[in-house]
Amino acid sequence: MTQTEQITFSQKSMEEMDRIILQYPPDKKKSALLPVLHIVQQENGNWLSTEVMDKIAKILDIKPIEVYEVASFYSMYNLEPVGKIVIEVCHTGPCMICGAEKIIAHIENKLNIKVGETTEDKMFTLKTVECLGACGYAPMFQIGEQYYENLTIEQVDNILDSLRKEKEAIN
Amino acid sequence: MGRKILLEHIDKPGIDQIESYIKYGGYRSVSKALKEMTPDEVTEEVKKSGLRGRGGAGFATGLKWSFLDKSTDKPRYLLCNADESEPGTFKDRLLMEKIPHLLIEGMITSSYALGCNTSYIYIRGEYMFILRILQKAIAEAYAKGFLGKNILGSGFNLDLYVHPGAGAYICGEETALIESLEGKRGNPRIKPPFPAVSGLWNCPTIVNNVESIAAVVSIVNEGGDEYAKTGIGKSTGTKLISASGNINKPGVYEIEMGVPVEEFIYSDEYCGGIKNGLELKACVPGGSSVPILPKHHLLYESNGNPRLMSYESLSEGGFATGSMLGSGGFIVYDEKQCIVRNTWNFARFYHHESCGQCSPCREGTGWMERVLHNIEYGHGKMEDIDLLWDIQRKIEGNTICPLGDAAAWPVAAAIRHFRHEFEYHVKYRNRVFDEDHVYQPEMKAQLV
Ligand SMILES: Cc1cc2nc3c(=O)[nH]c(=O)nc-3n(C[C@H](O)[C@H](O)[C@H](O)COP(=O)(O)O)c2cc1C
Ligand code: SF4
Ligand code: FES
Repeated sequence: MTQTEQITFSQKSMEEMDRIILQYPPDKKKSALLPVLHIVQQENGNWLSTEVMDKIAKILDIKPIEVYEVASFYSMYNLEPVGKIVIEVCHTGPCMICGAEKIIAHIENKLNIKVGETTEDKMFTLKTVECLGACGYAPMFQIGEQYYENLTIEQVDNILDSLRKEKEAIN
Repeated sequence: MGRKILLEHIDKPGIDQIESYIKYGGYRSVSKALKEMTPDEVTEEVKKSGLRGRGGAGFATGLKWSFLDKSTDKPRYLLCNADESEPGTFKDRLLMEKIPHLLIEGMITSSYALGCNTSYIYIRGEYMFILRILQKAIAEAYAKGFLGKNILGSGFNLDLYVHPGAGAYICGEETALIESLEGKRGNPRIKPPFPAVSGLWNCPTIVNNVESIAAVVSIVNEGGDEYAKTGIGKSTGTKLISASGNINKPGVYEIEMGVPVEEFIYSDEYCGGIKNGLELKACVPGGSSVPILPKHHLLYESNGNPRLMSYESLSEGGFATGSMLGSGGFIVYDEKQCIVRNTWNFARFYHHESCGQCSPCREGTGWMERVLHNIEYGHGKMEDIDLLWDIQRKIEGNTICPLGDAAAWPVAAAIRHFRHEFEYHVKYRNRVFDEDHVYQPEMKAQLV
């Protein structure tokens, strides 16, 4: 058995994928690629391995390269493993002039990592991202699906500390 | 208080749910259009309304609809552009989060006008929490018979789906959006053919912004002439403005077109003035792609008249002294903000977001970013300022899609209006900002 054949997705994800595929004409299954990649990324530790992408190519009847070239184009897909909690701080103009750089510097100090890095315990990854459509509520970051807006240094500390506790409790 | 067309009911309890939405008059346009009007009559009202696309370019919506190729028997598609990634823009989000049924109602009525039986809302992937809100609202609309087969007994069928992107500003460009919806990289297509002739899966396709589609509801309910009574000149109706930056009351405001810019910035009804008692320095009035203006050009047209929030007034004076209404992303800068740093930040954004298909954009945006970085960090030369000017000119107009122009204009405008700040960075070699990148007024004084 190849590695790709060993990849399985949960029943829930499979059903979700089937529902999504039906949104497009039967001969246009490839259109489901972006939404499907979101689902499997979430299920597989927040990143897309080659094996996972190959499996998706099979499901959508497309070539693996068609999946790779898409996965590498869009910034929300991670092609390397990331921490359990990925902090995405917006650093575009409107956020920058409202204090985003201070928030980034604070998180770098607090977690002892630079932007783009993951903490040694694999808990946090810090990323900077471009405008998330929250410019009036700056500074802000996104973790998972949630937006955290109008951030202060104290709030950043509280949010990160409580998320860490939550994750540790699960383990 | 100005007239509210889109956000009139936004604070009503439970307005995100269909019962409440219907109680406040929701879905009237669907029964009116489907039962009392032909599709062409709906398009005619949209034409009469003078509605111009709210996604940035301001192209007449009714006219665009009339370009849709109805001569083939291929299916036609309406795509709602909810990619909202232009820095400074966060208006569509409010509409979809708080009053999702308004967009869905607009999609049904517009799809009827265009003869589409399947339509998609393409939403940026980061708005996944809003995708879920929309999906819930769509399920409610199916349950009430506003979507699906034979809607309200009219014989009209429509399926509506929400499709997420995955983090790429370029997918807001309509042909990149189509590519992305087809499951590909977001590389813009060469036009012609235009989407109205050959778009999604090579079928005739219309792409419209969230706010444009939401406006169709009131246009059908009240009539296009009534809609056109609000606003000024060729800027009819209301516009959602998302205000950010150094102001007391950032947020989304629905304004009647024609409000004076000065009133918008200083009145308590809107931005509430500049934060921390500081002075207004500059403003990018329509999203990061449009030219930045210094205070005097922002508040006054070249003839000395007060500048107004409208397509015509904001662009008065051309790029020499004017800007654009664009997407309505209104970014305000106080006197302590550094124009060079902001220009570098935007150049980095466009470099990051260039899809890489055309060399002037791919190479030019990276080059501008590097030169601006050098200037900002005290390693620039005087010639670099002219070099920047030269690069942006060589990008503008020489690319497949308008992202190239969007990257060039902010650099050109910053040099045009704030050349002295670039020179200052070069001359003094070290930065005139403290470690928080905040302007040091003492140092600024040496400048003049
Ligand atoms: C680089 C680029 C990004 C764009 N981003 C958006 C966007 O996020 N939302 C949007 O509605 N239009 C965006 N547009 C404009 C679209 O191409 C298109 O003109 C618009 O969706 C048409 O809708 P409208 O006529 O209702 O404004 C963008 C254009 C370019 C060139
Ligand atoms: S102008 Fe830039 S973003 Fe647009 S097609 Fe060319 S390279 Fe891509
Ligand atoms: S600039 Fe940060 S959300 Fe828009």
